[in-house]
Amino acid sequence: MGTAENVSIESICEFLYHEAALLDEWKLEAWEKLLTDDATYYVPPNDQPESDHRNTLYTIADDRERIRQRVIRLMDPSCHAEFPHSRTRRMINNIRITERDDDELSVAANFVCYRFRRHERVREYVGCYQYRLVCQDDFFLIKNRRVVVDAEELGSLGSVSFIL
Amino acid sequence: MTEKSYIIDDKEKNLFLLDRIAYVSEDLHDREMERIFGRCWIYVGHSSEIKNPGDFQSRYVAGRPVIFCRNQANEIKCYFNTCRHRGAVVCVERSGNKRNFRCVYHSWAYDLNGKLVGLPGEEAYFGEFNRDKLGLRSPAHFDSYKDFWFLCLDPDAPSLNDYLAGAKEYIDLVVEQSPSGTMDIISGTQEYDIAGNWKLMVENSVDDYHLPSTHSTWLKYMMNSGVKIEMPKEGLVLPKSGKAIALGNGHLTTDNLNYRGRPVAAWIPIYGEKAKPQMAAIRQELEERLGPQRAERVANTNRNLVVFPNLVINDGSSVTVRTFYPSGAGNMHVTAWALGTVEEDQDARARRLDAFLTFYGPGGFATPDDVEALEMVQQGLKNWREDRWSEMSRGMGKPDDEQLNSDEHHLRTFWRRWNELMTEES
Repeated sequence: MGTAENVSIESICEFLYHEAALLDEWKLEAWEKLLTDDATYYVPPNDQPESDHRNTLYTIADDRERIRQRVIRLMDPSCHAEFPHSRTRRMINNIRITERDDDELSVAANFVCYRFRRHERVREYVGCYQYRLVCQDDFFLIKNRRVVVDAEELGSLGSVSFIL
Repeated sequence: MTEKSYIIDDKEKNLFLLDRIAYVSEDLHDREMERIFGRCWIYVGHSSEIKNPGDFQSRYVAGRPVIFCRNQANEIKCYFNTCRHRGAVVCVERSGNKRNFRCVYHSWAYDLNGKLVGLPGEEAYFGEFNRDKLGLRSPAHFDSYKDFWFLCLDPDAPSLNDYLAGAKEYIDLVVEQSPSGTMDIISGTQEYDIAGNWKLMVENSVDDYHLPSTHSTWLKYMMNSGVKIEMPKEGLVLPKSGKAIALGNGHLTTDNLNYRGRPVAAWIPIYGEKAKPQMAAIRQELEERLGPQRAERVANTNRNLVVFPNLVINDGSSVTVRTFYPSGAGNMHVTAWALGTVEEDQDARARRLDAFLTFYGPGGFATPDDVEALEMVQQGLKNWREDRWSEMSRGMGKPDDEQLNSDEHHLRTFWRRWNELMTEES
């Protein structure tokens, strides 16, 4: 029996809320500490949400090194798309454990991410977070983070220049 | 010219100024729909998007909903997506495979040749009703070059071949990546809006003057990843060797010596050691097929091509096919695809897509900063009445063949053609 067997939904909720807070507060270096050394971050294209990034053009398909470079870029004041930083607020619910596998878990959660930029009202990103988590005693590390956006196209949501 | 000009094009003073009303006026936007999008050849789609009989894509082209499909005889067709009965769109899915298009309103149905093949209660028509005359309408012209399909709404327009003029060679350079000359639009579409006038995207796609400032974080990323970026000693403009070229009929391109890595076929560390021999093989095939000089152009130059008015093919960190439409003077809708060779294997395809995302698209390391810059321009242009002219004289006065990618020769080329179409007697 793996460590994933006894994981409670409460502990998953706590972890996801913690991650959301770090992202909303732009504590990206702390957020990176939640990732495994081989972590990946995917935002599939709106028209092919179930696809594979190796044969489909994604919006974002980062390996661990690309995530590291993304964070460096986002914290650089010359990253014009995110300077000043977007203000974001994530609402996460319908959290469920979809698979338990030795010391790994698959987790899905619905989200709304409200994004505010200067001189604008609001952009609302709605979708589903799909995680592969590695269990670490009473904590977790993110092995894969897949963000499926429900909108038919990005349209007025524009760029995904922040970590969604 | 009967209308006022929107440009000051003073070849004695080497001064080129653009009236900013061109970016902000809704009246001019309406006139563009008539004089630019209503008269030019406009990109519809690529053959590879509809590979099999019955395959279709429905999309907006020049502001019109159209169906782009392949019929049972393997011919590629384009129809206005509008029922002849009451005008509803007859195809609501974005893509798929069908034998016919049935309007949900009264069930009029059209086959892949646009023919009206079914309507309920035909016996109720007693007059001159003739279903043979009620097929889906097609644009005045519809033609292709190397699998890129265009429509034209103007019956009096020149042929596509004549229209494309010098742009053809730059399409050839892209297509020659493939041993068989066959490219695929790769699955996955990037569609996003920019709160800016569509012509800002034309400028931005070829304006290499902005690269070092707008994209400094991308340059840092390249350097962090082991790509050698040498800032020129004089000025701040990358790359050292690049040209801006007018291709006739308002088309334009940059033509730059590569420094940033290309999936076909110039290796950089981002691609990984494993890719080295694979890319050397791709390069070798190019040299054997095309000869060393042409292979060098295909493999080791970056070219951002604008086919007037709104098709951009960027052959740089990867190949993008990008088109964009105005939705009002201050907004545009962008659609972008990745283009790859049909021959490339899974690893090469994955490498191409990964390279695409290092720079391009709404989650890339460069495009979001372009989007931001364009939106900042549109915001600033709210002062157009008080600050009327945009400056676009860079490089003016040098011979055409010495115009650099960081000059504004190519931008002027676009604006001269735009101004001509917008002001000539109709």
